[in-house]
Amino acid sequence: MSTSMLSTRHLIGIKDITSDDIELIFQTSDNFKEVLKRPIKKVPSLRDVTIANLFFENSTRTRISFELAEKRLSADVINFSASSSSVKKGETLLDTVNNILSMKVDMVVMRHPAPGAHHFLAQHIDANIINAGDGTHEHPTQALLDCYSIRERLGRVEGKKVLIIGDVKHSRVALSNIFALNKLGAQVKLCGPPTLIPRFIEELGVEVEYDLKKALKWCDVANVLRIQLERQDIRYIPSLREYTMFYGINKKLLQSLNKDIVIMHPGPINRGVEISGDVADSGQSIILQQVENGVAIRMAILYLLAGKRK
Amino acid sequence: MEEPKVIMEKQRFGLTIDRLCHQLVESHPSFSNTCIIGIQERGAIFSDRIRERIGILYPGLDFLYGKIDISFYRDDFRIRTKPLKVASTEIHFLVEEMNVILIDDVLYTGRTVHSAMAALMDFGRPASIQYMALVDRRFNRHLPVQADFKGITVDAVDEAYVKVEWKHLNGEDRILLYSAKTDHI
Repeated sequence: MSTSMLSTRHLIGIKDITSDDIELIFQTSDNFKEVLKRPIKKVPSLRDVTIANLFFENSTRTRISFELAEKRLSADVINFSASSSSVKKGETLLDTVNNILSMKVDMVVMRHPAPGAHHFLAQHIDANIINAGDGTHEHPTQALLDCYSIRERLGRVEGKKVLIIGDVKHSRVALSNIFALNKLGAQVKLCGPPTLIPRFIEELGVEVEYDLKKALKWCDVANVLRIQLERQDIRYIPSLREYTMFYGINKKLLQSLNKDIVIMHPGPINRGVEISGDVADSGQSIILQQVENGVAIRMAILYLLAGKRK
Repeated sequence: MEEPKVIMEKQRFGLTIDRLCHQLVESHPSFSNTCIIGIQERGAIFSDRIRERIGILYPGLDFLYGKIDISFYRDDFRIRTKPLKVASTEIHFLVEEMNVILIDDVLYTGRTVHSAMAALMDFGRPASIQYMALVDRRFNRHLPVQADFKGITVDAVDEAYVKVEWKHLNGEDRILLYSAKTDHI
């Protein structure tokens, strides 16, 4: 093990952490995967730690995954969702968080629609902050579990060719994945309708290919993104049907490649839109392994950050 | 750097390991319901040696063997200045109703074996737990624990540091006593 401590006390974005940090998180996740296979899937590491899960945006998978990870580590957990809180009454983010922190909370897991909300918070409060998604900016834990799942399936991430397909423009998963994959030495290519690929994205060290079949032939792993209908205030694609025809992944298309590629999806899946049901349920898909690994990855992050007090 | 005192040299070291093996077999003749678990990382080096020597002294004697990492169970996790290095846990069986022999190299404050017992309970409810330590620093305990099998008893002040060295790692089997722990040790 090259290091036994993270270089940061918050996880705000993959951009801010090092490849050594990522490797440490992966190695610690291996240990937690073993814990999750035991008859009693719980360890007492964080029994003196209180964690607030603040979700200012909807989430099912990430919130449950974090909550389960926290409970498996024996932490005390407070859940907060914006829809049923004083945020609706006009309270500011800092006031909301300070009120919660005055109840002696040690760590904050937050999802917020504003990019940079976590960075702002880190400057004002003492608790460790973990980003569970900030607008269209970053979703670091998703990128870490994606890379960990690639490492688990293919042995390593370095040198692998990873294709990210779909709505890159609105995807925090895509941005965090690009940062993480680059840091781990993978090659990254993006594919999707030109309206959904941000201009100048090549400056992040990725390539862009608009022909899906050509891109699929190149890759070892295809990470299929969800079409985010809720973030499309203007129409970026003519219709879902047309998107599916040009950029949807289906069995016939995969069979025509004459090679087995690994299929990933961060969820929730729009079955029959970006990915067909038979592909999502096939042996090539590691979608459910991603969800399983998410708990171990989040346990590792919480454990490593909890050891780093101010 | 300070010259350490050798409190056990290689010949006696070998005899002590063999004595501990004989004592184990004496109290668990068939090992039918007994398993041996080493505490990662230095205790597991010791338990590997015990396993190897039992194999030579008692050929054909088979028993379940595992290693346990206690990082996630430590009571000082958030107050340590140095981070913990997590090692792997390799227990591929349930310890339910088994006699478990926990093995560590040095029994000092007793906190490690306390955490190891807590960790072990997550693999089932053992019928009994016994504890073997190569070195027992009897005057430095924080918790009321004792070893059932021990190699050598050392009386040392709190500041002192006892280090067990292994032939395959350090060139020679021996036990050293330093007057204080430094980063070089």
